[in-house]
Amino acid sequence: MNIKHILKTLSMIDLIKGFNVTLKALFREKVTIQYPEVKTPLSPRFRGKLALMRYDNGEERCIACKLCSAVCPAQAITIESEEREDGTRRTTKFEIDAFKCIYCGFCEEACPVDSIVETNIFAYHMTENHQRIQTKEMLLETGDDYKEEITTNRAKDSKFT
Amino acid sequence: MKELITSLFSTLTIQEVSLIISVINIIIVTASLILFVVFMVYFERKIMGYMHARIGPNRVGPKGIFQSLADTIKLLFKEIIIPAKADRFMFLLAPILLLIPAIAAWAVVPLNPEFLIADINAGLLYLLALTSFGVYGVILAGWASNSKYAFLGSMRAAAQMVAYEIAMGFALVGVLMAGGSLKLGAIVAAQSGGIQNWFFIPLFPLFIVYFISGVAETNRHPFDVAEGEAEIVAGFHVEYSGAAFAIFFLAEYINMALISILTAIFFLGGWESVFSNFSILENSVFSFLIQPSIFWLLSKTLFFLFVFVWLRATFPRYRYDQLMTLGWKVLIPITIVWIGVECIMFVMEVGPWSSV
Repeated sequence: MNIKHILKTLSMIDLIKGFNVTLKALFREKVTIQYPEVKTPLSPRFRGKLALMRYDNGEERCIACKLCSAVCPAQAITIESEEREDGTRRTTKFEIDAFKCIYCGFCEEACPVDSIVETNIFAYHMTENHQRIQTKEMLLETGDDYKEEITTNRAKDSKFT
Repeated sequence: MKELITSLFSTLTIQEVSLIISVINIIIVTASLILFVVFMVYFERKIMGYMHARIGPNRVGPKGIFQSLADTIKLLFKEIIIPAKADRFMFLLAPILLLIPAIAAWAVVPLNPEFLIADINAGLLYLLALTSFGVYGVILAGWASNSKYAFLGSMRAAAQMVAYEIAMGFALVGVLMAGGSLKLGAIVAAQSGGIQNWFFIPLFPLFIVYFISGVAETNRHPFDVAEGEAEIVAGFHVEYSGAAFAIFFLAEYINMALISILTAIFFLGGWESVFSNFSILENSVFSFLIQPSIFWLLSKTLFFLFVFVWLRATFPRYRYDQLMTLGWKVLIPITIVWIGVECIMFVMEVGPWSSV
């Protein structure tokens, strides 16, 4: 506690500096985005709700290789499969637990046939607990509904992958 | 007003007429205080938002002006939960015990030379007594909740109030010496005659100390260790909900307004005009600016309320030991030293009071 320190404290110079900062901020341009009316742009790489894709002829892409379920760090994917009459292997059950999913995107990277993809839907909800399990039908439906968006986003990102 | 009531009800005695006038004044003051709190919540959130580069509440009504109304309705309709092991009577008594002194202190605060509910001689002492009474509400709330966080909060509040009450009292001793009266109206009258006569110039350290201890008294940032969201959740009112919590809120904001208006009265000349020496304005349209009026008192009060919010947006919370150090080792010595300086000023006859 030397005299310099005491004088500095009593003059309250540091407090005035602090006041100055907030006073300047009072007149600064505001950065608030009025969310539901205005939205921020999303990256084409944005990782949101999961979806399953189909080929153009309507056949589902998934071949039940279970690589996604193996790579999933949260173990959110459950797959059961069988052999179809035409000899191809397809899933009978493909479920994602939306509460477990951490949206890491590893499943999309692992998929050899580009079946499982991540859309940029980030605001979705469920009202009952059991609805957190997204069945194969729900995932395929999401893929069908947002096919155009997903393909354009993949095209935008293609030169970086 | 007195004539109006006597002419309407000619059978009343003088005592009854003055009683009716007092009741009307009390209703005016209380209603405007509650309206003020509604305004202040919005004002605070808006200023805080702007200082954070946000825009603050803007959803309820145009520019969000009905936000605090919506908050009030929400709080009033929420359930008041009384903890199972709490002392039921004390639990419900505590918010009332905090609110009553906060409102009662306004009885001696003059809003202009005429408007005053109770013109008592010991106005300053009455104020000191009632502002320190508020701590009982805080302690009782913490104790009756039967929760360790609430109890810690109220213990902190008690220690803090004791420390800062002394600094506040000493600062007021300085004002008392300069003003020469315990009446608030007389203190303002002693500051009349231009900005150079206002007490904040000769008593500048006391002015700063009074305002800082006022902030600490109201448990506002940066002295809100009694609430301390980060370490003890919400301090003494952690167990309160709904209307009971709303009363704590109300008392805090009314106390803020009280400290602001008292700082304006004691140090910034109350209703005296800033421009009272500008005789050029006298014959122009701005001549109302020279007159002492409630407009000046309220704008000074609003400035100090802004400083309250400004403080909250600027500084982090004090650590508990730093708070005690500031109270006991800095503010109290400064006031004692400055009272000595003031005595010397009296003897040497410098200062605005000696020229009269």
